[in-house]
Amino acid sequence: MRKQLRLSGSGGQGVITAAIIFAEAAVSEGFDAVQSQSYGPEARGGASKSEVIIDDGKIFHPHVHCPDVVLAMTQKAADKYFSDLSSDGILLLDSDLVPNVPDVSNVVRIPITRLAVEKLGKSLFANIVALGALAHLTNLVDFDAVKKAVAHRVPSHTIDQNMQALQIGWDAVEDFYNYEEKIAG
Amino acid sequence: MSARLMQGNEAVAEGALKAGVRFFGGYPITPSTEIAEGMAKLLPKVGGTFIQMEDEIASMGVVLGASLAGRKVLTASSGPGISLKQELIGYAAAAEIPVVIVNVQRVGPSTGQPTAPSQSDVMQARWGTHGDHSIIAISPWSVREAFDLAVDAVNLAERFRTPVILLMDEIVGHLRERVELPESIEIYERRKPKSTRAEGYQPYKPDEDLVPNIANFGEGFHIHVTGLIHDETGFPVGSPKVTEESIRRLHEKIDRAGDEIIKVEESFMDDAEFAVVSFGGTARTAYEAVAEARNRGIKIGMVRLITIFPFADKILNDLASRVKGILVAELNYGQVVNEVRRAVNGKCPVKLCAKYNMQIFEPEEILKAIEDLAANQDQTYTVHSTGFEKVKDPEEVENTGGDD
Repeated sequence: MRKQLRLSGSGGQGVITAAIIFAEAAVSEGFDAVQSQSYGPEARGGASKSEVIIDDGKIFHPHVHCPDVVLAMTQKAADKYFSDLSSDGILLLDSDLVPNVPDVSNVVRIPITRLAVEKLGKSLFANIVALGALAHLTNLVDFDAVKKAVAHRVPSHTIDQNMQALQIGWDAVEDFYNYEEKIAG
Repeated sequence: MSARLMQGNEAVAEGALKAGVRFFGGYPITPSTEIAEGMAKLLPKVGGTFIQMEDEIASMGVVLGASLAGRKVLTASSGPGISLKQELIGYAAAAEIPVVIVNVQRVGPSTGQPTAPSQSDVMQARWGTHGDHSIIAISPWSVREAFDLAVDAVNLAERFRTPVILLMDEIVGHLRERVELPESIEIYERRKPKSTRAEGYQPYKPDEDLVPNIANFGEGFHIHVTGLIHDETGFPVGSPKVTEESIRRLHEKIDRAGDEIIKVEESFMDDAEFAVVSFGGTARTAYEAVAEARNRGIKIGMVRLITIFPFADKILNDLASRVKGILVAELNYGQVVNEVRRAVNGKCPVKLCAKYNMQIFEPEEILKAIEDLAANQDQTYTVHSTGFEKVKDPEEVENTGGDD
C-alpha cells in the first residue's frame, strides 16, 4: 500500500514544512516514509516543491511517480506539477491563487489561504489548513496522529491556532464534497 | 530507540556527536548547512565547541588546531567550500591530523547549481589536494547509514590519523526518512604515546600498523607539526631517504588495512550474470531498477560501494570474473566508472549510465541501460532532461539543462 503526495507552491508558503509534518505523522503510525524537496536558490518567492511517499514496506527511490494527491498553492505550481497525476489522483488547489484550473478529472478547490486569513488572522497558517485537507484526502494517516505531529513541531503558544487550522482544512474538504453532491444532485 | 523521521544531514550531526566529536568549525553552504545547525544545537549541551569561522579555509584550520589539541573534530561543506579546504586537507594528510570533512555534493563546477544533487566530487575526494597522499572516502545511501558512516568516519580518522571525507550527496543529505538509531556504537579512542621522551618517544615514529602515536598538545610533550616532509622527530628533513619513506608510509598505513576499511554491500548477486555498481543516493534508484530487471528475467545484481576510497580494486576485479558485464550508475559525467575499469582491467565490459542535469535518476532510466547491457548492446548512456538517449561517446552529447 503506497501513497504518494506532492506539495507545491512558492518559497515561504510552508509547503515543505507541511510535507515534513505529514511524513512525521506517518512514521508515528508505523509506516515507512520519505520526504524530499526541491527549491530554487532564493529563500522566498522561488518555486518550491516537496514530495512524500508513505508505504508499509521499504522505500528506496525517493521521488514520486504518478502522485495520488498534488497540492498546488500557486498557478505556476499547478501548471507545472499536475501532469503525472495518477488516473484517480486528486489535484488540491488554493482556489484564489490558482484561477485557471488544469484539466484534471478530480479537482478539489479550497480557498486555503483566504480561510487562514479570515478565520485565524494570518496567511501563515495556510500550510496547516492545506495539511488538514491533505489528511482528509489521502485517508491513510490517522487524523489524531497528524494533530500530534503538528503540535510537536510548532511553537507551543501557536498550538491552539494550528489545531484550528487543521480542522478548517479537514472541514473544507467535507464542505467541498457536500457542495459538489448538491450541484450534482 | 523508537523510529522517527530524520534528515540525512541531521543524522550526520547526531552520529558525529555519538562518536565523540566535540569541536565543529564551519561556514554554512547549501546543501550542507543542516549539519552545522545540528552541531550548533548539540555541541554546547555536551561541553563541546561550535564555531562559525569567516570562511571555509579558516574553518579547516580551526578544526586541525582543535584536533591537535586532542578533540575529535568535524567540518562540513559542499563543492565550492571543499575546494577552498583542499590545501589544509593536504596538510592534515602530511601532518597526520585526524579530521572528518563532510562534503554534501551539489552540481558543480564552481557555484554550479547550489540546491541540486550531484555526485561529481568523487575524484576531488581522492585527488583534490596536491601531492602523493592516501585518503579515506565513504558514501552513505540512507539516513540511517549517514549516521553509521559519520561514526565510522570519526573512528577511521582517529584510527589512521588521516583526513576522512564523508562523501554525502544532496539526495541523502536533504532526504528525510524513517530511521531507528542504534542504542550503542563502537568508538575508537585516539592512541597516546606509549613511552616518555627519556625512553626514546618520537611523535612521528610509526607503530606496528605504520600509524604514529602523536601526543596531543597540552599533554606534556613538546610536539613540532609541519607540512614539510619530516622524520620521526616531526622536524623537516631534506633527505631523499626520509622523503621516500614518509610518502610510502602515508600510503601503506591505509593500503595495508584495506580489509579493515573497505565495505561494499551486495544485493541479488547469488546467481547474477550482470552487475550494477553504484553508490550514495543514486544506489537507491539503481536498487529499484535492478529489482525490476529481475522481475523481467534478467539475472542482475548490485554491488554498492560504501567505501569509495581506498577503492575496492580486489572486490571489483573478482566481480568481473563472476559476471559478463558491469554497469556503473553515477550522477555525474563519469568518474567512478574509470576506477572500475582500472580495477577490472579488461576482464569484462564496463558500461556507464551517467546523468548530470540537476535531476536524480528515475528507475526506468537505469533499467533501460540494464536491458541493453544484458542484450550486449555496446553503448554508453547519458540521461538527458529532454529524455533518455544513448550515444557512442558522452563527449558528443550536450546537456540541455534542467527544467526544475
